[in-house]
Amino acid sequence: MSSVRLLVGTKKGAFILTSDGTRKQWTVNGPHFGGWELYHLKGSPVEPNRIYASQTSSWFGQIIQRSDDGGKTWHQPGTPPGEPTTTPDGMPKGESNKFVYDTSPETGKPLTTHQHYDGTQRPWEFKRVWHLEPSLTEPDTVYAGIEDAALFRSGDGGQTWQELSGLRDVKGNLWQPGAGGMCLHTIVQDPSNPRRIYVAISAAGTFRTDDGGKTWRAINRGLKSKYELPDPDAEVGHCVHRIAMHPTRPNVLFMQKHWDVMRSDDAGESWHEISGNLPTDFGFPIDVHAHEPETVYVVPIKSDSEHFPPDGKLRVYRSRTGGNEWEALTNGLPQRDCYVNVLRDAMAVDSLDPCGIYFGTSGGQVYGSASAGDSWTAIVRDLPAVLSVEVQTLL
Amino acid sequence: MIRVVLPAHLRTLARVNGEVTLDVKGEVTQRAVLDALEARYPMLHGTIRDHVTLKRRSFVRFFACEQDLSHESPDAPLPDAVAMGTEPFLIVGAMAGG
Repeated sequence: MSSVRLLVGTKKGAFILTSDGTRKQWTVNGPHFGGWELYHLKGSPVEPNRIYASQTSSWFGQIIQRSDDGGKTWHQPGTPPGEPTTTPDGMPKGESNKFVYDTSPETGKPLTTHQHYDGTQRPWEFKRVWHLEPSLTEPDTVYAGIEDAALFRSGDGGQTWQELSGLRDVKGNLWQPGAGGMCLHTIVQDPSNPRRIYVAISAAGTFRTDDGGKTWRAINRGLKSKYELPDPDAEVGHCVHRIAMHPTRPNVLFMQKHWDVMRSDDAGESWHEISGNLPTDFGFPIDVHAHEPETVYVVPIKSDSEHFPPDGKLRVYRSRTGGNEWEALTNGLPQRDCYVNVLRDAMAVDSLDPCGIYFGTSGGQVYGSASAGDSWTAIVRDLPAVLSVEVQTLL
Repeated sequence: MIRVVLPAHLRTLARVNGEVTLDVKGEVTQRAVLDALEARYPMLHGTIRDHVTLKRRSFVRFFACEQDLSHESPDAPLPDAVAMGTEPFLIVGAMAGG
């Protein structure tokens, strides 16, 4: 029988929630890495028990953790479980912690500068890994989206990391931090073309490579940011919050921007707005139904800076028409006095039928729907603030 | 032997309980102690000081003998009591909430 496994990253550790395919009874396991911020956990699509996790702390920096048994045990890549770690002979070198911008003359770029909040230039400085995206085909290959914005790749299961530095070439001096920092938060691989990858950065925009990450170009035509940029149609600088793709339609992308929900039908060459009747077009996550490529989900959030649901009502909005026409999904969600936020990596869909959809909140709730959003239940209510939610459908 | 006290999270990462003891060759300085610590517990690379610049992370402090040594030169000798092993070298997380 099929089952699902939710990987929940929070401000104070990771939790793993499991259920059978009915998705009615859940087991909560954790906290793992208690006291650390777990920005993101994600499993390999080809080896689901291989899970990568970003464990981070303002105090002690960045740690990469890996599980090869579905989250039961963890180790820092390069330090296999059970191996002695208290003698210097033959020990791994802790490389998995090491994210260093590529400034080598052969492959790298000079450590250039980007815009700070005040418009002055600052050099790139590594802060943390926001997002880990395992390869669709190789379990030992994984991409990391980091702050200050850059893309790293590991080809050895997370043991060592190399920057794909061509990305910073694309007018990096005009990139600037959003409120959460200058982060590369979205990595989407084209399942029909292994050399094509999309990334999104706050606040720089969306970028695409067609050669496996060597060269990149901005794909932001159609985005308008008149309250954020001096030139609303600028090539880069847009505060993209999240992009999503249905695997059967790799040229169709959906975007939640700082303001505006957008859609591209040509692999990002151009974008048009699909906010339609949403109560606010600000928000963070966006996702696509596992079996209906024109069914899209967002969580509208009030802004500037409030970042809580309008009217104290937590509503997921669903469009079955690929945008523009949206319906509020409220059954089982709090409809008064609710002032939580849902962050960009905190929504996921499973591939069961009916499609399951999950999201976590800054109030520590993880909500799930086994009916494509028609009704919701709180799987847990009192976790630390949720940073990310991923789901694995296990057959 | 040099005695080093790690904060709880780094003890978890290094898989140790209590103090660790290190054999430091030559003059006992901050840099020599951290080099020896990272050589023995390589998973701590990057958690106390930057991988490249080797500068102390800003939310990490170094104490010993009731003194704050965080801003001392990494190459300055540590107090004799630390070098003799009668007092530990304390690596602590800055008191900044969390």
